[in-house]
Amino acid sequence: MMKNFFSKLFDQKLRSRTISYLLVIIAFIILQLMSSTGSLSSLLKSLLVPVCCYTVAAIGLNLNVGFSGELNLGQAGFMSVGAFTGICVSGMLASMITNPVLRLIIAIIAGALIAALMGYIIGIPVLKLQGDYLAIVTLAFGQIIKSIITNMYLGFDENGLHVSFVENKVTLASGGKMLLQGPMGATGTQRIASFAIGIILILCALTIVYNLIYSKSGRAIMGCRDNRIAAESIGINVANTKMLAFIISASLAGAAGALYGLNYSTLVPNKFDFNTSILILVFVVLGGLGNMTGTIISTTVLMLLPELLRSLQDYRMLIYAIVLIVIMLVTNNAFLQAKAAKLRESLIKGKKGAKLS
Amino acid sequence: MAFLSYLINGLGLGSVYAIIALGYTMVYGIAKMLNFAHGDVIMVGAYVTYFALSLMKLPVLVSVLLAVVVSTLLGVTIERLAYKPLRQATSLSVLITAIGVSYFLQNGAQLLWGTSTKVFPSVISNGALALGGISISYLTLITVFVCLAVMGCLTLFINKTKTGKAMRACSEDKGAAALMGINVNQIISITFAIGSGLAAIAAFLLCATYPSVYPTLGSMPGIKAFTAAVFGGIGSIPGAFLGGLMLGIIEILAKAYISTQLSDAIVFAVLIIVLLIKPTGLLGRKLSEKV
Amino acid sequence: MNYRNLLKGGLAAAMAFTMAACSSNSGSASGSTDSQPSSDGSEKAAFKLGGSGPLTGGAAVYGTAVYNALKIAVDEVNAAGDIQFDLNFQDDAHDPEKAVTAYGVLKDGGMQMSVLTVTSSPGAAVAPLYDEDNIFAITPSGSSLAVIYADAANKAGSYGNCFQMCFTDPNQGSASAVYLKDHADLGTKIAVIFKSDDNYSSGINDTFQAEAKDIGLDVVYTGSFTEDSATDFSVQLTQAKDAGADLIFLPIYYDPASLILTQANGMGYAPTFFGCDGLDGLLTLEGFDTALAEGVYMLTPFSADATDDRTKNFVKKYQDLYGETPNQFAADAYDCVFAIAQALKNGNATPDMSTDELTDILVKQFTSMTYDGVTGESMTWSETGEVTKAPMAVVIKDGVYVGAE
Repeated sequence: MMKNFFSKLFDQKLRSRTISYLLVIIAFIILQLMSSTGSLSSLLKSLLVPVCCYTVAAIGLNLNVGFSGELNLGQAGFMSVGAFTGICVSGMLASMITNPVLRLIIAIIAGALIAALMGYIIGIPVLKLQGDYLAIVTLAFGQIIKSIITNMYLGFDENGLHVSFVENKVTLASGGKMLLQGPMGATGTQRIASFAIGIILILCALTIVYNLIYSKSGRAIMGCRDNRIAAESIGINVANTKMLAFIISASLAGAAGALYGLNYSTLVPNKFDFNTSILILVFVVLGGLGNMTGTIISTTVLMLLPELLRSLQDYRMLIYAIVLIVIMLVTNNAFLQAKAAKLRESLIKGKKGAKLS
Repeated sequence: MAFLSYLINGLGLGSVYAIIALGYTMVYGIAKMLNFAHGDVIMVGAYVTYFALSLMKLPVLVSVLLAVVVSTLLGVTIERLAYKPLRQATSLSVLITAIGVSYFLQNGAQLLWGTSTKVFPSVISNGALALGGISISYLTLITVFVCLAVMGCLTLFINKTKTGKAMRACSEDKGAAALMGINVNQIISITFAIGSGLAAIAAFLLCATYPSVYPTLGSMPGIKAFTAAVFGGIGSIPGAFLGGLMLGIIEILAKAYISTQLSDAIVFAVLIIVLLIKPTGLLGRKLSEKV
Repeated sequence: MNYRNLLKGGLAAAMAFTMAACSSNSGSASGSTDSQPSSDGSEKAAFKLGGSGPLTGGAAVYGTAVYNALKIAVDEVNAAGDIQFDLNFQDDAHDPEKAVTAYGVLKDGGMQMSVLTVTSSPGAAVAPLYDEDNIFAITPSGSSLAVIYADAANKAGSYGNCFQMCFTDPNQGSASAVYLKDHADLGTKIAVIFKSDDNYSSGINDTFQAEAKDIGLDVVYTGSFTEDSATDFSVQLTQAKDAGADLIFLPIYYDPASLILTQANGMGYAPTFFGCDGLDGLLTLEGFDTALAEGVYMLTPFSADATDDRTKNFVKKYQDLYGETPNQFAADAYDCVFAIAQALKNGNATPDMSTDELTDILVKQFTSMTYDGVTGESMTWSETGEVTKAPMAVVIKDGVYVGAE
């Protein structure tokens, strides 16, 4: 009985894992095939990398909101840290490492590491709070990060890095390069991001998150979410556990940001504002809390939706808003939920019946 | 002297934040939801007041009253259509719906009224009261006064009337309130009505001080007011008032004495520090956890 | 838990559908909603003119102005008969990411030339794509150097096929400083209030400050604001006043400027206000008390009150169709279409040419021709895509622009 239960649980786990990996890989193969036969539209091509970026950031946020139960309204801030770190690293290494793939990977790792560090620093105060107070502090950190990067000037020449704050006092030796120019952000970035790396990044993110949540720490994270006091009473270090989830979430956002930053020739700090954090949160909630496959699908659909609605012209974003509200209403409708449950039950019964006969 | 005049400017800005924060905090206290569409209800209120004043040439009080009525109706409609079906859903679902409503209102306003900024007519005389070397503009005086009056009325309403009592009961424990024969759904609807009505008054004060009306008018004051509400302890009416004032004053002083470029960062940094010292805001009730 | 799986299935199906729809869209539909049937009904092939700008979101006012003016200009050009345009203008919400997507939509629609983007940072994001695909583009109002240079910081790596109809930001900053030096009667103690998180504003401010230092202007105060704090200017104004400034330089757009004028008036502070082309539009703000703008100076290439026939015709048409007075964004967009039309006509281009051929013709024409439009007479363009036209200094008197010299 007990063994049966566990194997079933394992099956379920394995199934949801397999589904998400398969989904990503199949999507990749199809899109690659389309791309190589030239039937992929320019529009779709331009969406490939950003969808990957938002997916990874959303997977990270889902770990935070879905598994750890902390409402984080500052995910875009971590993306921002990762993005500008990635751009700077790539800019500095441009002459040393000519292989773009290698440079991209180094940039992504650097973005993830710096974002993780920021996550740690921010996590210390943030995780002392609860509920909406925690949410507002993450929002506040998002705004502070935006504000700081908006005022940061960073240049690079043979003598090393030059930083100045608020006012541009950076003077560079000839051959030097400005990496960050305050409100103008980064310009003239080499676009080295690729869809394949994006897909690999999603797969890595999935592996990290799945391995975490099905591990001892993962169970501890969920334990803290469901009942902090009970978790504490059985000897779980709540602060450390929550911090782990927060840092991983931040580093995934940082990696996503680095990929994002290196996909465009220009990036302004204003891009990663409160609205972007909210956008990622919408992806997560719509995909289902704690549901990684759902996150991937909802990110893709919600990124494509405004593009598909382009023919509606002025009404585009209005319809988008209505769709958003209707989806929330429908998925939370008790009557429809009951219907769906019934439908599924009868399907399962049908299957079982078939097996028996 | 300069400090005092900055302080007064901060008070003026803070009162505008405070009155918006009152709407936020009321809805949060009763319905336990972050109504991100509140800022956009303000925007609609601002447009209605603008049209009433400059196109229909109605007197100021009538215009504000009209805006209050329209905003209240709008608030109740939003509540009925978008939030009511989600009473049993998680608070995150409601949050996302509120964001959807916010997008809807912004884009709807843009389609209806165009994208270009409209300048709110100046209705309060531009003069200033001279008080021993410092001048306080009438606008600031009126804003602070209206804000105080609204807060007073709200406090009275909540503490002295039967509906107010029911509201307090609902914010304590919805289940128990329902058992006591309180129609919780109705109370939540009333709360939304009051919050949205307040939004129209806030819209008037906001636009009288900063006379620009445009479709995304509500988003930034909305976020700042939300911050103010949390700052003061979300759910607490005096807290929202205090939080709003503090936020306005800090913002102006940070600009004046530290850096105009970093003022936003400083405001949020102060917020974080306050929340670390008092994790439930300045006047928020301490949450006790039951085992 | 069960409904969630159902939802998952539904979403997956939706995703598959949307992807299919996206790709099937690409081949056939031009995506154009403004295709202009030629006026005489004959089957005249049209040049596919693309472009993007913010039609939604906070910056929508600029994108809408450009789009409206583009529609008027395309109609006029098409009616004239020599050149036919098929306009496809997409929303980019003033976001580089969306601008790149919009570029994809335009390319799928078979765009042959473009008005690039309305705003600077989206322009900087798509300019390298235009360069890669070798499609000619001229932006009406993307004034940052990053729109025409790959390495804007060093003014190097010009794209060669990206042009500007408006002045570049540095250009405006130094022109303003020189003008103020020459006209010391306007004010000698100068304060600057700029928007620090905005490309346009901080771009002008940087060169203004540098130039001011070089030629010895007395800048007594520099204050800034951001998108998030663009409502209350009491601090900046008080400090400018305390610093004794008698002239405030406002390299910003007209919406925040209207608030600054109102608040300065409220505190009884009346310096001379001086701005760049972004201030144009101040007088057309619905409900704005133009008395507040009395005596405001600006360097702008366009004034809606000009008395020449073309401007009058354009302003009247715009007012009739959209109920507003066109601003400098609209005027630059209007000129873009006519400049492209002139270049195509002079270069004997036909719509069946490849984009490479068209780009060659257009670049050749633009770097050699002179163009007269509503934003200036005898404009020319350099090889790097910068425009040369005379900025006009105007002052607002009795609610209208008057040339100031």
